[in-house]
Amino acid sequence: MDQKKDTFTLGGHEFTSRFILGSGKYSLDLIKACVENAGAEIVTMALRRANEGGLANILDYIPDNVTMLPNTSGARNADEAIRIAHLSREISGSDFIKIEIMRDTKYLLPDNYETIKAVDALAKEGFVVMPYMYPDLNCARDMRDAGAACIMPLGAPIGTNKGLATKEFIKILIREIDLPIIVDAGIGRPSQACEAMEMGAAAVMANTAVATAGNIQMMAEAFKKAIEAGRLAYLAGPGRVREDRAEASSPLTGFLRDDEKEA
Amino acid sequence: MRVKIRLNGQTRELDGSVTVSGLLASGGYRPERVAVEINLAIIPKTAYDSTELSEGDVVEIVSFMGGG
Repeated sequence: MDQKKDTFTLGGHEFTSRFILGSGKYSLDLIKACVENAGAEIVTMALRRANEGGLANILDYIPDNVTMLPNTSGARNADEAIRIAHLSREISGSDFIKIEIMRDTKYLLPDNYETIKAVDALAKEGFVVMPYMYPDLNCARDMRDAGAACIMPLGAPIGTNKGLATKEFIKILIREIDLPIIVDAGIGRPSQACEAMEMGAAAVMANTAVATAGNIQMMAEAFKKAIEAGRLAYLAGPGRVREDRAEASSPLTGFLRDDEKEA
Repeated sequence: MRVKIRLNGQTRELDGSVTVSGLLASGGYRPERVAVEINLAIIPKTAYDSTELSEGDVVEIVSFMGGG
């Protein structure tokens, strides 16, 4: 029997791996091994003023078959995000862009309203727009209507490793929005990534959880396996939860004993 | 003739007329790894050799770094 491949699509591009890897906080020599252990097909990066001196550049370390996903981190409003998107496309040659617009630098919570504006402008220019957002159904609908390729709700503030603090609201997005829902930010452990996939997320993104682990390559592999497991569990359909009493796994007859029947 | 520009937020004085290619070379920037913006307009790579910097130009040279 033919096993149909379980892929997801972003902007017309098909992906098998459901693990998007952030590239921040790594030393460059570790990135390649990490991407390979993670089995990641999409890697994010940031745009900044270049340093002089022809030093090694992150693009030198990312395998060729990986899709680059530049982000607009640093943007405080839609106009700044649009500018960063244009500059990013100039370097990457790719239409993929992750919108990150933050006004507040303490919690780095995304500005949903400016993000909707950026989605609208950039989708019209043919970008594959992936908006990072605070899980709000109304805003997600606006982003979808504006042409977003997916929705990327945060699990917890960036870099906190706190996990799925917004779990119930991510579930709402998964239930109501007919776009890939990619949980991004705050995931700290493979078990949390697994849980996000069990809930029905299309993919998961992690950066700090891997980059700050004791053994980075090992953690990248752990995340890969957890995400595959969570996706498989989702497809398999988890068994029902019984609230009121236990339910024995074996027959209640044929016990190896001769005493009176119990009430 | 000294040409004063802003480069990546810093004031810079150039000796005579400099092209974008020349500016990249003098700073050791790798053309294939950067994007260049002059006065908020992105300069296409094909124009690096022919675009000369003028007095008061605000130049940004950007590239990718690690990020999530």
